[in-house]
Amino acid sequence: MVDVQIKEKLIAVVGAENYDDSKAGRLVYSYDATPNFQSMPDAVISPRNTQEVSSILNICSSSGIPIVPRGSGTNLCAGTCPTEGGIVLLFKHMNKVIEIDEENLTVTVQPGVITLDMINEVEARGLFYPPDPSSMKISTIGGNINENSGGLRGLKYGVTRDYVMGLEAVLAGGDIIRTGGKLAKDVAGYDFTRLLVGSEGTLGIITEATLKLIPLPESKKTMLALYQDLEQAAKSVSKIISDKIIPATLEFLDQPTLKAVEDFAQIGLPTDVQAVLLIEQDGPIEVVEKDMQKMAEICKKQGAVSVQLANSEMEAEALRTARRAALSALARLKPTTILEDATVPRSEIANMVKAISEISKKYGLSICTFGHAGDGNLHPTCPADARDKDEMERVENAFEEIFIKAIELGGTITGEHGVGVMKAPYLELKLGQAGIDAMKAVKTALDPNNILNPGKIFAKDDRKRVVVAQ
Amino acid sequence: MTTLKEQTIIQEEFKNRMNEDELLNCMRCGFCLPSCPTYVESGFKETHSPRGRIALMKAVADGLIEPDEDVERSLDLCLGCRACEPVCPSGVKYGHLLEEARDIIIQNKKHSLPVKAVRSLVFNGLFPHQNRMRAAAGLLGFYQRSGLQSAARKTGMLNWLPKNLTAMEKVLPQVPKLKEMKNRPSYLSADKPIKKAAFFTGCLMDTMFLETNNATIKLLQLAGCEIHISQNQACCGALHGHSGEKQTAKSLAKRNIEAFEKLDADYIITNAGGCGAFLIDYGHLLKDDREWHERAVNFSQKLKDISEILYELEFHKKVNLELPGQIITYQDSCHLRNVMKTSTAPRTLLNSIKGIEFREMKDADRCCGSAGIYNIVESEMSMQILDHKMIQAKSADAAVIVTSNPGCLLQMKLGIEREGLSGNVKAVHIADILLEAAVDKKK
Repeated sequence: MVDVQIKEKLIAVVGAENYDDSKAGRLVYSYDATPNFQSMPDAVISPRNTQEVSSILNICSSSGIPIVPRGSGTNLCAGTCPTEGGIVLLFKHMNKVIEIDEENLTVTVQPGVITLDMINEVEARGLFYPPDPSSMKISTIGGNINENSGGLRGLKYGVTRDYVMGLEAVLAGGDIIRTGGKLAKDVAGYDFTRLLVGSEGTLGIITEATLKLIPLPESKKTMLALYQDLEQAAKSVSKIISDKIIPATLEFLDQPTLKAVEDFAQIGLPTDVQAVLLIEQDGPIEVVEKDMQKMAEICKKQGAVSVQLANSEMEAEALRTARRAALSALARLKPTTILEDATVPRSEIANMVKAISEISKKYGLSICTFGHAGDGNLHPTCPADARDKDEMERVENAFEEIFIKAIELGGTITGEHGVGVMKAPYLELKLGQAGIDAMKAVKTALDPNNILNPGKIFAKDDRKRVVVAQ
Repeated sequence: MTTLKEQTIIQEEFKNRMNEDELLNCMRCGFCLPSCPTYVESGFKETHSPRGRIALMKAVADGLIEPDEDVERSLDLCLGCRACEPVCPSGVKYGHLLEEARDIIIQNKKHSLPVKAVRSLVFNGLFPHQNRMRAAAGLLGFYQRSGLQSAARKTGMLNWLPKNLTAMEKVLPQVPKLKEMKNRPSYLSADKPIKKAAFFTGCLMDTMFLETNNATIKLLQLAGCEIHISQNQACCGALHGHSGEKQTAKSLAKRNIEAFEKLDADYIITNAGGCGAFLIDYGHLLKDDREWHERAVNFSQKLKDISEILYELEFHKKVNLELPGQIITYQDSCHLRNVMKTSTAPRTLLNSIKGIEFREMKDADRCCGSAGIYNIVESEMSMQILDHKMIQAKSADAAVIVTSNPGCLLQMKLGIEREGLSGNVKAVHIADILLEAAVDKKK
C-alpha cells in the first residue's frame, strides 16, 4: 500500500478524481493481454500533463515506489503487468494529437492517443503513418513506442522505431528531457530517441512524441494465395523477396488459424487449404498492378493452388481485419493461448516453419502459426489450458526449443512483442552475458533506484520460463 | 450496501456458479474496449469496460477480491447492450456471464423493504400477467384521457419527479382503450398464405404499443403469412433475466415454449429486439433443464425479427413502398443487432421506400442508453449516452428516426423532447413506417 502521506502528496498533484486505490480500480489494471500474469498495483494514477508526470516521478523516486506506464494494456509480454506493485500510470487525459505539420511531414502527439485515431487523422490530410500493430484500434501511441510495435506493413515500411523523430520524456528523478526533433538530420550526441523506443518504460516516461509521416500511397491491391503445403507457402515468401519485390504486406496463416479466424469473422476464408498468404502492394497503380501480377505468378509456380484478388477495398479490409484478429480468435480454441514472436531472417522462413511443426509434434502440442512471414516474424501460438500442469510444462519446453532454433537461424527471441517479464529469462540467448551487462549499465545509470517498470526485460535469475511459474 | 456476510455468500456463489471456461475464454486482448459505451463515456475507465468487468467477475470467483460496492457498481453500470460480443474474436459470451453475476448478487442481497416490495410487484405481480399489464396500461390511458394528465402538467405537480421522468411522461404514447387491448384474434389469414407465422405479441408491445403490433400483423399478411396468436403466451422474461430474477424468467420461458409448440408454425415472429434476444437464448437459459432444453432450442430456432422475415420473404419487392420526400435514419436495437444479428434487413427495407432518402447516422450501432430500465435506474449515464446519440442524429439531419424495439423507441422520443426537436423530428417503429409506406395496404 502507498503510505498515507505519499498518497496525499500524489493527490495534491493529480486531484482525488485521478487517484484510485480501490480494490476494483486496482484489479482492472493488474493484467494486460499476456496470459498467466496478474499482479495488483497499489494505486492507479492518471496525470493530466507532463508537469504532473514529473511531480509524480519526483515523489516516487524519493520513496522508491515502482511506476508502470500503461497505454491500453494490449501488450503480449506482460510489459505493463505491475509485477512488483507500485503505481500504474494511465494516459487517458494525455490523448491529444497536438499538431500535424504538413511542411515538415510530422505529427506530434501525446502518448495516450489511440493509434488508429491518429492514423485516421493524418490520412484525412493525405499523409501516411505506416506502423499498424494488430491492436491499433485499441493501442496507444505511447504503448507502441515503448514496445516498438510492428505490424502488417513492417516488411516494406519498417516498424514504430523508424517513425519516431523526437520525444519528450520524464526521467526517473522527474527531470524532463527532449530528444531529436523535426529533423531529417541530427547527430547531436547519443541517439536517445532510439534508446527510449522499445525500452518498455524502464528508462523514462514518454510524454510526447513527434512522428514521421510520408505521403499516402495512391493505390493498393490485396490478394490471397492458397496452398496445400506449408513449406510451399513459406518458400513463396523468400522467392518474392529474392525476385526484388517488396510488398506492403506478406502475411502467413496456417489451416488451424484460418479455421479459428473464419469462425469469428465469417467472411468466407478458405478453410480447406493448409495455408494462405495474404499479399498486398501499394504505390502508383501501374507499379502495383505489375507487382501483383508478378507475385501471383511466383506463388503459382511455387505450388499455390489458387490466387484470388480482392474485388473491392471492403473485401480487402475484411481480410486485413480478419488477420488482425488471428491471435484473439485462436483464444476461442482453448482457455489459455500462449503466443510467441520468434523472428528469423526472411530467407530462413521456410526452415523456421518446418522446425515449428516438428517441435510441436515432438511435444504432442498443436501449435498454430500465423504471422508477418514477409519480415521473418512468425507467431507460433499454442492453445493450451493453464490448469493442465503437464501440458504447460510441454508448452514451456517447446517454446524454449523454438527460441533456440530461431537464434540458431540468425534470428531473435522476440520480433515485436517485447521482452517484458515473459521473455526476460531468454534474453541472454540473444544478447549473451556481456550484452545483458551493457544494457543493465544503461538501466542503472538512468534509473538508479530501479523504480521505472522494475522486473521487466532483465530476469531476476536465469530460470528459463515463459509460462510455467515455479 | 452489501453486508460482509452477504459478500461471503456471493463470493461462494461466484465460485460455484460462474462458468470458469467462459471466464478463461477472455484472453484480455481488449478488442472489446472501443465498442463499449460505458468505457468510452466514463472517460476510458477499465472498471466500466467488458474486459474489466470479466476480470472483476473472475477475481471474485478466484477469491482475489471481495464482491464489494465497487464491483457491484461496475456491473450495475453495464448497459447489457452486448456490443462487445460480435467484436470479440474469442467469442466470449459476455451477456451470459453478466446475467449470472447479476443474478447471484441480487438473489443473495437483502433488499430494504420498499425495494423488495417494488421488485416483487413489478417482476412477479405485474409483468408475468398480461391482464394486469393491460390494467396498468389502462390506468395510464385513463390518466391521459381523463384530463388528469393536463391537470398534472398545468399544476406543475410533475416537477416533483426527477427531470428525465418528467420528460418520459410527455413522450409516452397514447395508450389504447382497454377494450382494444383485449380484442386480439387468435388467427388471421392471408390472401395466398405461403408461410405459417406465430406472433409473439410481447407484454409492453401489446399494450402501450398496440398500434405497432397491429401494423406488424398487417405487414406479415402482406408478405404472405397466415398468423397465429396464442392466448397463453407470456412476457418473454428479459426484464427478469437482466435484473437478476432468473427463476421467474425460466418459468415464463417454459410457458412460452409450451404455448408456441402447440401452434407448430414455420416461424415465431417478434417485433421487439430486446424480447427477441432473450427468446433466442432460451436454450441457454434452460441449459441445465433436461426436460426443457431441447424444446427451448427448437423454439429459438424458429424465432425471427419482423424485419428479417419481411426481407426473407421479399416483402420489399412484392409490395410497393412509397413516402413523401424526407430523410430517414435508423437506430439499431442493440439486442437485435448484437444478439439476433439482424442489421442489414431493416436497412434494406427502409432503403426500398421510394421517395425518401435513407441516411445512415454515425454510430447507429451504438446503444442509445435505454437498455430496459437502465434509463430510470442509471439515468445520469443514460442521459449522457442519449445526448451523444442525439448529436449524431441531428447531424444526419433526419426527419424520422426508425427503431426496432419499444425501449429504444421511447428513448429516441425522449431524446427528441430533450433537444426541443418535437414537431420537426419523430421517432417511429419500423413496422409502423413500413405499413405507412405500403401503397396497396388496403387490399
